[in-house]
Amino acid sequence: MARYAMVIDTTKCVGCMDCVVACKTENNVPEGFNRDWITYETIGKFPTLHMEIRSERCNHCDNPPCVYTCPTGASHISDIGGIVLVDYQKCIGCKACIAACPYDARFVHPDGYVSKCTFCEHRIVQGLDPACVASCPTHCMYFGDLEDPNSEVKKLLNSRKYRVLNPETGTKPQIYYLI
Amino acid sequence: MERLTRRKFLQISGTTFAGAGLLVGGTKMIQSTLSANEKNKGVVKIPSYCSICFWKCGLIGYVKDGKLWKLEGNPIDPLSRGRLCPRGNGGVGQHYDPDRLQAPLVRISNRGGEEWKVTTWDEALNYTSQKLVEIKDKYGPQAIAVFSHGPGGAFLKHTLRAFGIKNFSAPSFAQCRGPREVAFELTYGEIIGSPERTDIKNSKCFALIGSHIGENMHNSQVQEFAEAIEKGATIIVVDPRFSIAASKAKYYLPIKPGTDTALLLAWINVLIQEKLYDRDFVDKYTFGFEQLKEYIEPFTPEWAFVETGIEPNLIRETIRELARYKPASFVHPGRHVNWYGNDVQRIRAITIINALLGNWNRKGAFFKPVKMEIPKYPYPPYPEMDYEVVYNPNSKYPFAGEEEGLTQGIRSATITGEPYPIKAWIVYGTNLIQTLPNQKETIEAINKLDFLLVIDVIPSEIAMWADVVLPETVYLERYDELNISSFRVPFVGIRQPVVAPPHDQRDGWWIARELAIKLGLEKFYPWKHIEEYLRYRIESAGLSYEQLKTDGIIIGEEQPIYVDDGLNLEFPYTNTGKIELYSTQLAAKGFSPFPTYERPPEPPPGYFRLLFGRTPVHTFSMTQSNPILMDMVAENEVWINSDVAETLEIKNGDYIVLKNQDGVVSNKVKARVTQRIRPDCVYMYHGFGHTSRRLRRAYLKGASDAQLITRYDIDPIMGGTGMNNNFVTIEKV
Amino acid sequence: MNEVVITRHNNLIDPTLSIWGWEIPVYLFLGGLVGGMMLISGYFILTGRTKNTLCSCYRIPIIGIFAISLGMFLLFLDLEHKLYVWNLYLNFMWKSPMSWGAWILIIIYPILLLNITLRLPENVGIKLPKLNEISLKIQRNPFITKLIGALSMVFGGLLGAYTAILLSNFSARPAWNSPMLWTLFITSGLSSAAALVHLVGKDPEERHLLAKADNGFLIAEIIIIILMIIGFVSSSQVHIDAARLILSGPFAASFWVFVVFIGIIIPFIIQIFSVNNKIPHTNIAPIMVLFGGLILRFIVVYAGQYSQWPRNVFINF
Ligand SMILES: Nc1nc2c(c(=O)[nH]1)N[C@H]1C(S)=C(S)[C@@H](COP(=O)(O)OP(=O)(O)OC[C@H]3O[C@@H](n4cnc5c(=O)[nH]c(N)nc54)[C@H](O)[C@@H]3O)O[C@H]1N2
Ligand SMILES: Nc1nc2c(c(=O)[nH]1)N[C@H]1C(S)=C(S)[C@@H](COP(=O)(O)OP(=O)(O)OC[C@H]3O[C@@H](n4cnc5c(=O)[nH]c(N)nc54)[C@H](O)[C@@H]3O)O[C@H]1N2
Ligand code: SF4
Ligand code: SF4
Ligand code: SF4
Ligand code: SF4
Ligand code: SF4
Ligand SMILES: [Mo]
Repeated sequence: MARYAMVIDTTKCVGCMDCVVACKTENNVPEGFNRDWITYETIGKFPTLHMEIRSERCNHCDNPPCVYTCPTGASHISDIGGIVLVDYQKCIGCKACIAACPYDARFVHPDGYVSKCTFCEHRIVQGLDPACVASCPTHCMYFGDLEDPNSEVKKLLNSRKYRVLNPETGTKPQIYYLI
Repeated sequence: MERLTRRKFLQISGTTFAGAGLLVGGTKMIQSTLSANEKNKGVVKIPSYCSICFWKCGLIGYVKDGKLWKLEGNPIDPLSRGRLCPRGNGGVGQHYDPDRLQAPLVRISNRGGEEWKVTTWDEALNYTSQKLVEIKDKYGPQAIAVFSHGPGGAFLKHTLRAFGIKNFSAPSFAQCRGPREVAFELTYGEIIGSPERTDIKNSKCFALIGSHIGENMHNSQVQEFAEAIEKGATIIVVDPRFSIAASKAKYYLPIKPGTDTALLLAWINVLIQEKLYDRDFVDKYTFGFEQLKEYIEPFTPEWAFVETGIEPNLIRETIRELARYKPASFVHPGRHVNWYGNDVQRIRAITIINALLGNWNRKGAFFKPVKMEIPKYPYPPYPEMDYEVVYNPNSKYPFAGEEEGLTQGIRSATITGEPYPIKAWIVYGTNLIQTLPNQKETIEAINKLDFLLVIDVIPSEIAMWADVVLPETVYLERYDELNISSFRVPFVGIRQPVVAPPHDQRDGWWIARELAIKLGLEKFYPWKHIEEYLRYRIESAGLSYEQLKTDGIIIGEEQPIYVDDGLNLEFPYTNTGKIELYSTQLAAKGFSPFPTYERPPEPPPGYFRLLFGRTPVHTFSMTQSNPILMDMVAENEVWINSDVAETLEIKNGDYIVLKNQDGVVSNKVKARVTQRIRPDCVYMYHGFGHTSRRLRRAYLKGASDAQLITRYDIDPIMGGTGMNNNFVTIEKV
Repeated sequence: MNEVVITRHNNLIDPTLSIWGWEIPVYLFLGGLVGGMMLISGYFILTGRTKNTLCSCYRIPIIGIFAISLGMFLLFLDLEHKLYVWNLYLNFMWKSPMSWGAWILIIIYPILLLNITLRLPENVGIKLPKLNEISLKIQRNPFITKLIGALSMVFGGLLGAYTAILLSNFSARPAWNSPMLWTLFITSGLSSAAALVHLVGKDPEERHLLAKADNGFLIAEIIIIILMIIGFVSSSQVHIDAARLILSGPFAASFWVFVVFIGIIIPFIIQIFSVNNKIPHTNIAPIMVLFGGLILRFIVVYAGQYSQWPRNVFINF
């Protein structure tokens, strides 16, 4: 089975938020909410500074506490490449999954259900990249199947240094940041 | 995984357009295409080009069940390369902005009173033409001045030229890139142009002097910047602020603001002293090297250190790095370069470094832009007018622009009535209140006018001063002039409606044409609908108009753009036929033929220099009403160095006000306490702090840099307004 | 110097989580209370106190039905997608404490009802003679009586524990993520229940016993709180930060004043005196305990939402 993942090259990302805007329009994300966002982290003292910029979103964890905590099965691991999705028809809006996510990747949609990044499921089933990946002007995001040894994502992880966010939470996140 | 290949994309859009391409003529056509879209359930894709900034990226509009859904880059477009920038993607919000102008307005109160009557197009245009004729009869056509920014004004300018107007201006010269174009023209006989001819993607090493690429989101430039990072290019960033670009740089030079010319002179000094320059190139193609060598001697890195605060070693190391990779290395010419009022001299220093690197039209530095040849539409000639333009009396600024004029020159003439009175302004697509330095002068000038016409898409601040406000359709709803940019390949792009306008807004070409008819200038519009005009031009270039509509872009034949590809290196447009290290033209006009450094004024104690720039998600002051982009960044912040903030007891997120040297107090604005800026300056995004109440989302959100820029220093060479010499104090609220 | 700027600004999520308002802490309090009451009721039943007609085991289930219904109503109020609530009962998600809770709540009702049938309130017995007959039969059957007692204890315990496990299971929220939390909730539930039963109890001997027991629970609570803080402080940085929330952070004042002082120490001292017959039993101590128990739920729910995993501090340069 496929295991979809995103690999994001922080050395190229300029933090322009294009990925955020693209997600907004592609997925009609309501005003005031973000499925993805940018984190700028600066360390050091002027002028000797280092900055890392990351485009963040749901990590489509391999060990997703949001799914385990969901009382209805609305949050689930999809057959499509193991991505984590919410079935809006099943969701009761109890928000347990929100509390369970260490990345605060979820939010309550104004219509009542819980929403978050879907990895643009509707696009990937058509063979397209997710909207954020497809629009990023620096081409710093890569999407693909980690089970496929020839995929770009796999090759990048084999050849570059990377890390994931908060691995200590044990969620096995599937967004990899090249450093 | 199957990707959307180019061919497949063409098939999809091809079928979409099978019908549209056949329709010709009349306004009806637009309506029928659009209502067809509305009826059409499902997704329709329509290519066009973006107008949220002047990069003009090719886009594809997605219309779902008749409603605008999203925008994507057109994959065959060389500017977007299939990807739009955040503003381009957010263009959807221009269409949906609930605060848009909806119908023509005519003022019924005094200026500043903000009371208008909604009127019909016929009435508004009748009134406008009446006013223009009145003023022309009384004062002559020279009493009417035009501010027009962006491609949308093409037809309006056509009408007004036919009416006898010569006083045209755009902020793109005196507030933006004028000094750069003048400096390059002086040195090389050629300009840099927009989109810039920099070959970032192939570069092995380049220096950015302030240019904050990554925040400045000019699309292909950002894309190439990332490519250069990926290929491991050595990046040198010179900026008082640790910009995004600085965070990607191998060398970050935290320069003291306004001292860049000192650094650049020191770089030239080292290039020559250490014989790092390209000797063959210099011998063959440049003029004035020996004098330069002599001139540059005192400007050592040690000298520059005192001015710039950059360690001599770092100065040496960075220029050596640039020299190591020549000719695939360059110093970026910048874009918004009207900083200190002596900017041509600074950019001249940049031109000289590049010449010493021998990188002109060389891969990895500058390429020779190429352009599609598209014949003009055969109009009758404009009337001959023998008056002098108003903005540059007696050629006070010998190298001032012609096409783009001097905006603030028109403004001062309006205030003083010298060299002759200006009685009407026509403003298209430029928010002069935020764009020009010193708002008081702008308002003073406006109050001297008999008539102010503003054509805009939102109730912008300038529109709120107008006597007549004409609401244009936004770029996604209209046809427009072709995009024939000079770039890496010749190409032409079309702007065509993706969706119908929501209210009674009209296209710029239609407004221009109707106005022309009311002014008795029909003969300048032999066509009735712009599609006839576009078709004529495209077909007379031997291209297929249908193809252009379907694909959005037609690419011409590739041509050599580098010496490396067999291009000849010639400099026919300079006096000497060579690259003028020594500028004969400057010398002839009594300016220093070599770049001069002037120490910028110091901020008084307790004051900080006010710097400003771009946020990636907004364009100047035109997107703060856009619901999508405002959702990204809703207000600007003032960047304050953490150590300074600590002594001022300001915490991150506190609201503060800035007060400038002339006592002007800003709107309240959040403090961003950060290590990413020098302690002697503060920084903010341009474009916020709107004062038009009708922009509900933007009204008094954040503070306006423009409001605080009361002082501006005019470049004596070309008349640009340096805006970085304003100082502010910080007060908590 | 570490500067973190995040562009996300989602309602209820940023800058700190605020998905759960007052409904959830009150619900958790009621859940813990009912759980504790069922434990007490079951204990009384199993220890043969059913013979005493004043025994609280006859009043507890009636109060419990109302309390738990109110709790469930609050839980429902909190749901964002209310019309879809039936989805809770289409599946049993064994990994989800929330799902366990939903089913436990459902099972609680028949048990409480059974407990009620042990001895129907008089007016009910008169109105429903059939039911009264069954009730009498159960009363006479020691096995069923014991079974009801046992079920009460088991499910009361489950109910109390679930309200705590629900939170401590969220490893994403360091302030909840303590194995001590559920013991704290159970003892707090028990002490609240003891206090409430003490308040409404009719039998002086039983009240005395409950006050004594309550003191035990209060001592246990203090010990658990200390252990919990030690546990946090001796753990990773995130847990140290979590402990700070109640030690010196935004929740410290209300925690120490309302929960520890008013909710535990003062009532404990009062009850020491009354248990030793130095002063008569008053209602003030149990009311304070109940109040403390309620505030504890508020603080825990809010502090947990406040606590988060830190943004990655990157160290790769
Ligand atoms: N997102 C977005 N992108 C845009 C635009 C937009 O509106 N929005 N506008 C476009 C246009 S028209 C233009 S002209 C460009 C402008 O963009 P650029 O030409 O790249 O930048 P500037 O506005 O000149 O300068 C801003 C930068 O210069 C630094 N700076 C200020 N003073 C000094 C100094 O004295 N010395 C040095 N070395 N650096 C200094 C500031 O810290 C800041 O980083 O952006 C273009 N791109
Ligand atoms: N203080 C300060 N001043 C600056 C700068 C700065 O950084 N700080 N930057 C300078 C630079 S580099 C530049 S290039 C200039 C830019 O200056 P301007 O071109 O004046 O930019 P905006 O402020 O965005 O104003 C554009 C106006 O056009 C309107 N508009 C947008 N789309 C359309 C359309 O389709 N049709 C019509 N008719 N109107 C439209 C918008 O609503 C807005 O009112 O500003 C310069 N001035
Ligand atoms: S679009 Fe790309 S470069 Fe821009 S912030 Fe997102 S990931 Fe970074
Ligand atoms: S990031 Fe959060 S929401 Fe996404 S799968 Fe992991 S735990 Fe669930
Ligand atoms: S809010 Fe919806 S998706 Fe989240 S846990 Fe509850 S039911 Fe599941
Ligand atoms: S994958 Fe799709 S849903 Fe997820 S952040 Fe990107 S655009 Fe949004
Ligand atoms: S750079 Fe961005 S805003 Fe400018 S034309 Fe291109 S997509 Fe539009
Ligand atoms: Mo500009």
